Amino acid sequence: MNDQFTGNARHSRLATFHIDTPLLLGLLALIGFGLMVLYSASGQNMAMMKGQMVRLGVAVAVMVIFAQIKPQTLKRWSLPLFIAGLGLLVAVLLVGHVGKGAQRWLDLGFMKFQPSEVMKLAVPMAVAWFIASHSLPPKLWHLVVGFIMCVIPTILISQQPDLGTSILIATAGVFVLFLSGMSWRLIAFVAALVSAFLPVLWLFLMHDYQRQRVLTFLNPESDPLGSGYHIIQSKIAIGSGGVDGKGYLHGTQSQLEFLPERHTDFIFAVLSEELGLMGVLLLLGLYLFIISRCLLIASRARDNYGKLVAGSFTLTFFVYVFVNIGMVSGLLPVVGVPLPLVSFGGTSMVTLMAAFGVIMSVGTHKRMLAAP
Amino acid sequence: MLKRRVAIQDFAAEARLFNSRAVVAILFVVLMFCVIVYNQYKLQVVLYQDYQTRSEGNRIKVVPLAPNRGLIYDRSGILLAENRPVFSLELVPEQISDMTATLAQLAELIELSPAQQDNFLKQVKAQRRFNSIALKEQLTDSEVAILAVNQHRFQGVTVEARLSRHYPFGDLFTHAIGYIGKINTRELQQLEADGEAANYAASRDIGKIGLERFYQRELHGTMGYQEVEVNNRGRLIRVLRSVPAVSGRNIHLGLDVGLQLTAQQILQQQRGAIVAIDPRDGAVLAFYSNPGYDPNLFVHGISSANYNELLNSSDRPLINRVTQGTYPPASTIKPHLALLGLETNTITPTTKIWDPGYFMLPNSDHRFRDHLRWGHGWVDVYQAVMKSCDTFFYEMGVKLGIDRISDYMSKMGFGEKTGIDIHEESSGIMPSRGWKRARHNQPWYPGDTVPLSIGQSYWTTTPLQLTVATALLLNKGVLPTPHLVTAFSDDNGSEAIAPVLTRTIDVVDERNWDVVMDTMHRTVRDVGGTAHRAFVGTNYEAGGKTGTAQLAAIAQDAEYDAETIDERLRDNAMYIGYAPYDKPRIVITIALENAGGGGANAAPMARQILDYYFAAGVNHDE
Repeated sequence: MNDQFTGNARHSRLATFHIDTPLLLGLLALIGFGLMVLYSASGQNMAMMKGQMVRLGVAVAVMVIFAQIKPQTLKRWSLPLFIAGLGLLVAVLLVGHVGKGAQRWLDLGFMKFQPSEVMKLAVPMAVAWFIASHSLPPKLWHLVVGFIMCVIPTILISQQPDLGTSILIATAGVFVLFLSGMSWRLIAFVAALVSAFLPVLWLFLMHDYQRQRVLTFLNPESDPLGSGYHIIQSKIAIGSGGVDGKGYLHGTQSQLEFLPERHTDFIFAVLSEELGLMGVLLLLGLYLFIISRCLLIASRARDNYGKLVAGSFTLTFFVYVFVNIGMVSGLLPVVGVPLPLVSFGGTSMVTLMAAFGVIMSVGTHKRMLAAP
Repeated sequence: MLKRRVAIQDFAAEARLFNSRAVVAILFVVLMFCVIVYNQYKLQVVLYQDYQTRSEGNRIKVVPLAPNRGLIYDRSGILLAENRPVFSLELVPEQISDMTATLAQLAELIELSPAQQDNFLKQVKAQRRFNSIALKEQLTDSEVAILAVNQHRFQGVTVEARLSRHYPFGDLFTHAIGYIGKINTRELQQLEADGEAANYAASRDIGKIGLERFYQRELHGTMGYQEVEVNNRGRLIRVLRSVPAVSGRNIHLGLDVGLQLTAQQILQQQRGAIVAIDPRDGAVLAFYSNPGYDPNLFVHGISSANYNELLNSSDRPLINRVTQGTYPPASTIKPHLALLGLETNTITPTTKIWDPGYFMLPNSDHRFRDHLRWGHGWVDVYQAVMKSCDTFFYEMGVKLGIDRISDYMSKMGFGEKTGIDIHEESSGIMPSRGWKRARHNQPWYPGDTVPLSIGQSYWTTTPLQLTVATALLLNKGVLPTPHLVTAFSDDNGSEAIAPVLTRTIDVVDERNWDVVMDTMHRTVRDVGGTAHRAFVGTNYEAGGKTGTAQLAAIAQDAEYDAETIDERLRDNAMYIGYAPYDKPRIVITIALENAGGGGANAAPMARQILDYYFAAGVNHDE
């Protein structure tokens, strides 16, 4: 364990505050790059920039706070948090605030609160808590219980309806099961089961607008002015960027607003248009660095709970990145997932940074425990 | 026991298991990133050109610029058709916070009908918020002034000027110049068929009739365009490139405003046509059909009430009498027929016949009457033309026969379109055996030839046709193609139109031309000539021939009495004339509907035109 990095970390003052320096640097580089892209994507809107910076400040603060919490403490609170989250989800369905045609918000009087954000953390933590309280690899019934723990909140959230988030939360839970050593044969079996479930999803669980999105994804040109417009304009923006891009602040698709949602979900297209393939490679490089660093932290964690939580959070982060880029560049249907730490927008960013805080906690507290 | 043992976890094995899964995970992540990179490569490198083109197509719009229509001038450079700025009150909804209040305030300043406001509000809903929308068009000068003074009170309210066709002389030139109007579906299809549609992208109007239609291509010009960058809502961001429109060519007419005004003044309420051309090149000097109408009514779309009034008027103002009015030529074609008689030796300059006041075909007791009931006595060709003796021509005509008459008169342009540069033209009728068979399914009878010999029965001509046929006599066999336009001009200078002169008649004896000219000269010069009285005391020497066309059949022994006959069945008065006698520069035709005798009614009008022509020196210097 005495690799080069731990040596560095010992000398780092940041280690005292349970901050993982390479991860922090990676995140800051990504945030800086993201702010630069947002400045252009927002049409040089300073008010928007200010809002985003305040949110980022809050999010970094939340990360630092979560990094201070010992993994054991987190483990203890996993189940209560999960149960509380379920309660909140039920509450949303009963009294939730309807925004953009979906019940996702709970009005607490002083702020609006999205319980599904809590579940993004609570579900993998609770599943990890359950799996890690037994030896690995988990037995079949452990997996079944873990799986049920994933499915219940997924169904509740999909009723809001928020299919994207519900699937991402289920995925986060499933990642825990995967990382815990669930057998490949079982994985193949579950994959087959999910495939069989897809028609049911299509016919009974999906709303019309969701089905429309999938159809549009399969053939965007079929409705160039309607729902296909987003993806067509997005692909034009990306494609016309070329290798070098049209130049920072000079993307015609983005600056002349042919690109919809340019500062939120489709910000990747702005980057692609103005900075070209080079800019895209830089962004992917930053994401890959952060993911690799996080997986390294997970594999070095002393206890299984930490490993599973850190690993699951990391892979979920990757899924966000992939789903967003995939939908913007036409590989996946449009599902309304922001580009992590780059897109303009609030709550999910705070949740994300909280997750990085947990990963840092897992990484840094382990060493302190390991020290004699 | 087993449970207990499991509880003592194998940390190393668990770590190995997790690490292997972590390795699988990172490999999966890298693989997926490769998929993204591959897809980016495909979009940004392989398909770059495609998307680049589509991106340009998104942001760059081509805005067509309409060319200014060419102007129309008379022979001395007086403007007959111009492009005048018309002012309209326009509002940009985006810039107006309270539309209702703004409309109310504007209504206090100028007259705004509820219909105008409703129409405007409809437009506001239909169009983009930043587009300028017309609230009231064709503002008067005082309205423009009122709005200019109050401009500061309004945000987003402007008075816009755009060019619109205007004919300052109103109905004076209508039948020659015609008018323009909005392009309709049929015209658009025609433009597309001609491959011209692209050039009309910014044009609203097109020539509907007259010269405006005939010279549409020259007058229209070439469209320009601007390449502009627009945003997703179509709002103009900046102009990238601009190619100005090329104005249409101006056209210059042979018509003279003074001659036109004289024609209008002398005709007053009289239905009829006055046309004059220069026999040497076919340039049209006067072209007036009465009654006319104001072409400006049509430019902005004529109201159906106004249009119905024009359409249903018993005076038929929409008919272009110069080229579409078909009248029996009556005695005006006697000089023309005389030439044929001389050429075929049917008569000689000294041939005399006895006119008892009527003509009878052999084996028939039907009397074809002379207009002079008691007859002219002994007459030769000079007398016959000068006094318009019908019997002389009855006899000559019958000897000539329909075939020779029909062939020869066709060479003079009768029964054919003159080819003047407007589309509204009739060919008139030059009857023949074939024509009668086709038209009436009857053979040609000798009795048909008799009235034909004095320009009656089936024979009809347009005033212009008669003018051109007379010019042929003056030109000794050369038929000029009449043309209203004499030159084009643009920024690069002017280009005269070459006259089209066609020799259609070669005579056996050149002296016959002089005989025919002499007969027409004597008609004016000599006492007893049918046009003599009208031309007494002129300071120029003119020639001419009168004509009186019967419209009502008169019973064998009855007397024609203008007082008792229905106004619309009264005789048409005709006159052809030219001057100066020796070197004609102007040849004129007067056709008056239901006016009575040609000598008494048409000839004096011809004199007034010619008087003006010489006094003003219209084309003397040419």
